[in-house]
Amino acid sequence: MVKVEARELSVALGRREVVRGVSFAAGRGLVGVLGPNGAGKSTLVRALLGLVPHAGEVRLDETPIARLTRAEIARRVAYLPQGQTLHWPLTVERLVALGRLPHLAPFSRLDEADRTAIEHAMARTEVTALRHRTATELSGGERARVLLARALAVEAPALIADEPLSSLDPAHALHGMELLRAEADAGRLVLAVLHDLTLAARFCDRLLVLHDGALVADGAPGDVLSAELLARVYGVRAFIADDPPLRVPLARIVDGANAAT
Amino acid sequence: MTARWLWPSLLLLALLAALLGVGIGSTVISLPRAWAALAGHGDPIERAILVELRLPRAVLGLAVGAMLGVGGAALQGYLRNPLAEPAVLGVSNGAALGAVLALYFGLADASFLLLPALAIAGAVVTLLLLFALAGRGESPLTLILAGIAVSTLAGAGISLALNMAPNPFAAMEIMTWLLGSLEDRSFRHVALALPCIAAGLLLLAGQGRALDALTLGEDGAAALGVNLRRTRLRLLLGIAIGVGGAVAVSGAIGFVGLIVPHLLRPFTDRSPSALLWPSALAGAALLTLADVAVRVIPSTNELKLGVVTAFLGVPVFLVHLLRERRLW
Repeated sequence: MVKVEARELSVALGRREVVRGVSFAAGRGLVGVLGPNGAGKSTLVRALLGLVPHAGEVRLDETPIARLTRAEIARRVAYLPQGQTLHWPLTVERLVALGRLPHLAPFSRLDEADRTAIEHAMARTEVTALRHRTATELSGGERARVLLARALAVEAPALIADEPLSSLDPAHALHGMELLRAEADAGRLVLAVLHDLTLAARFCDRLLVLHDGALVADGAPGDVLSAELLARVYGVRAFIADDPPLRVPLARIVDGANAAT
Repeated sequence: MTARWLWPSLLLLALLAALLGVGIGSTVISLPRAWAALAGHGDPIERAILVELRLPRAVLGLAVGAMLGVGGAALQGYLRNPLAEPAVLGVSNGAALGAVLALYFGLADASFLLLPALAIAGAVVTLLLLFALAGRGESPLTLILAGIAVSTLAGAGISLALNMAPNPFAAMEIMTWLLGSLEDRSFRHVALALPCIAAGLLLLAGQGRALDALTLGEDGAAALGVNLRRTRLRLLLGIAIGVGGAVAVSGAIGFVGLIVPHLLRPFTDRSPSALLWPSALAGAALLTLADVAVRVIPSTNELKLGVVTAFLGVPVFLVHLLRERRLW
């Protein structure tokens, strides 16, 4: 168990305040972070990991993140960055093994526990068969799964994933959400930046909605995803399929784009 | 996977290079006679040639080559750019400027120590400038930009010294030094360079994991527990101290740091960490062999080491170019 907490968290990139006074705490479950492009989602999750200077406070297990070393943070929170940055043509296996770096003592090699974690992560994301392939030569979808395996291999109590589904086809996106769901059901905290409202509504326990850097909604999907909020935040008119227990929004563009904001 | 035979063969190659370095020169000394000379009961002249001329030269060749190799591998890993080499940071030029100033003002004749000491001072000043310009930021781009700025400044200083040289002989002396050589180096040079190079090697060679993590970008690496500021600091210090010390005794020898990682990469798993120590061995072997070639290739003026390494660099890049264009 781990508790990730933001208190009046603000982040300025240059002169622009990208995240403004966000407060929330989460310790378990699958938490979706929603919001239109430029709402501050990525900056928010980067701040939660201590990757950008911030005002206000971020706490991991009640300790201000500024007082933790990078290694201490790394063992508690795994991070799957946005995009598919891969600078060297490593094999899939070697790449997933990078996830064990936070656990390795200096000058030691991967031990049995590390190997098990790597195998486990590859099996869950169905990339075991690709293990000897060069990661930079995979398709976008395969690469997304390999990078997710890399993040799962950390086996940290929390996982923060920035758009983990961005280059997956519908079947793999579904499978990806099921994976995140399973991680959450295993007692971990999974905080995922998502764009697919339907998947978010179906799989998440809780949604945080950002708009212009501020947290405008925080709660269960059924309570958060109202047609009114979606019109305000995304500028779309949503038809919410009210099919209990699921309330799934289907979005359509409002005439005159952001007229509703 | 890194090929299992890589380590033993590189070790063997470096050892062979060292033996050739000690064994080959204008005077032929057979192995038994060399052994006798080293053991202390041979011809005193042969002993002098071996111990005072060839041994320090071979030791410097190994050490300087190792430093340039590791420097190249570490910097390529850090900048995630296979075209990086230690000279990118401007430290080589800075050290060379120090040495050139010593030559320009005739200080090099006053004491053998002044030239390398000024070269190391030049490397340190370059490092301070680099820190001032690149700041404590974490982006590799700022470091490259700062490196180019500093390197260009030092290069301009060298050109100025050549331009203002009081007579052709002074200019010639500077040019000759700049070409890079291990000729006539003594154990005093070894004593000066070796501690710097050892410190540089240690600072860089411990960075393998951090460099591996950088495969995932800066955020990815930081989230894996890498302290990017510390990594950058060690890298800068390691290259400035190590390469500064190397340039101080050998002159600016290019291309070793650039081509060695390229030659080795196909035999490794292509992670930066797998390249660090093998690059040290391969760099050591390459430079020592190049220095043997300098002695063996017949020429009226002694061929300079930096010239040979520059010629070695070209085919390596041709091969890469051909592969990139899929012509090979």
